[in-house]
Amino acid sequence: MPFSADDLSAIWLTLKLAGLTTLLLLLLATPLAWWLARTTSRWRAPLGAVVTLPLVLPPTVLGFYLLVALGPHGWIGQLTQFLGLGTLPFTFGGLLLASLIYSLPFAVQPLQNAFEAIGPRPLEVAATLRATPLDAFFTVVLPLSRRGFVTAGILTFAHTVGEFGVVLMIGGNIPDKTRVVSTQIYGHVEALEYTQAHWLAGSMVLFSFVVLLGLSLLNRRHARVLP
Amino acid sequence: MPTRFRRLVKLATVAATSLFGLCQAAEVSVAVAANFTAPMQKIAAAFEQDSGHKVVLSFGATGKFYAQIRNGAPFQMLLAADDETPARLDKEGLTAPGSRFTYAIGKLVLWSAQTGLVDDQGAVLRTGHFERLAIADPKLAPYGAAAVETLSRLGLLQTLQPRFVQGENIAQTYQFVATGNAALGFVALSQVMVDGRITKGSAWLVPAELHTPIRQDAVILGNAKANAAAAALAAYLRSDKARAIIRAYGYAL
Repeated sequence: MPFSADDLSAIWLTLKLAGLTTLLLLLLATPLAWWLARTTSRWRAPLGAVVTLPLVLPPTVLGFYLLVALGPHGWIGQLTQFLGLGTLPFTFGGLLLASLIYSLPFAVQPLQNAFEAIGPRPLEVAATLRATPLDAFFTVVLPLSRRGFVTAGILTFAHTVGEFGVVLMIGGNIPDKTRVVSTQIYGHVEALEYTQAHWLAGSMVLFSFVVLLGLSLLNRRHARVLP
Repeated sequence: MPTRFRRLVKLATVAATSLFGLCQAAEVSVAVAANFTAPMQKIAAAFEQDSGHKVVLSFGATGKFYAQIRNGAPFQMLLAADDETPARLDKEGLTAPGSRFTYAIGKLVLWSAQTGLVDDQGAVLRTGHFERLAIADPKLAPYGAAAVETLSRLGLLQTLQPRFVQGENIAQTYQFVATGNAALGFVALSQVMVDGRITKGSAWLVPAELHTPIRQDAVILGNAKANAAAAALAAYLRSDKARAIIRAYGYAL
């Protein structure tokens, strides 16, 4: 077995974090992307920019602000303490919140593109057939934007697996709670345990390659089915 | 002909003096352990003024510097956070033989950003109601290893381990405590000391006999055997002037 018990627990934690992040983000990003795709509000551009921010900000910036904001003196920290939740840094919940922010653009943008591609026409047709907007969303929009959902899900999952800087800043390297694969690799490298680092790092490369390969094959197959 | 000859001589003299000047005012790139950032900036400035040499400083984690040096990083000198890394480089033949020396001995302190939380005997570790105790990763950082050693000497390691949050290095550990995310933590005295005093929060200076001394060694790297500035800086670090600066930042010598 090339992986130690610590490595395996880091792998499991990473999968749990990425899975939960993907699930929650798809739920949160769908209404947000829908609004961004359809609205004519003047808030569209600023809000779109805010959603995209995590894509361009260095993870250390994000991590640092999260550490300060979630800490006992920060405004989110004050809120969570008021609610009796304590403070979030160094907890799995804190990592989950950070991942939601960190991967937000990777969920919103594919969905927004898919929604925009549908255009107003199918919904107008659905309305003439007496479908309520909600009805139309589930029976018309969702099936038509299936590819967007798959892309968003895969990208969010993969991006969360690759999260490093933010975790380093607010994780505290606690086994089973905040020590994920990327920080475990970093620890191995820093401790000069290059063999163990190679095993984990190699697995990450393989994983990322398979994900991207799958994504591109999927896109091509769909492109053939749906002209 | 004589004029041309004279011109040649003149040219040669100019070239020779400027070459000589170059030799005199050499440049040295130094990789410096993160915990020694503040004193090294001061020492480098004083050294540049006194010697005319130029110093280029890079700050970071010692383990990372080790990996970079093995892979050809253009440093001429390493000021490590421990004594193991320079010794390892020595053994691997990557240093100027015989250039290794201890430039500072780190002091460990239990520190909190809150005033009055940490008493001057460290009793808070037994009695305190704190949720998290920040330490540097003992696998990576000498200050972290010293903190674990201290706690195990005090018989508190088992009870306090579940409350550990680990910084990747001592700078991050300090950040956890300074932002209040951990109520207290083991950091380097140099991080909380300004002009010979601890000015913020509350602290317990961990007695030196509770852990193995945190020796920080420096070494001249193999590519700088003939670098005048590196040799001069190594000597300067052992001078009274530099030692006074090092002590003022809370290191022993």
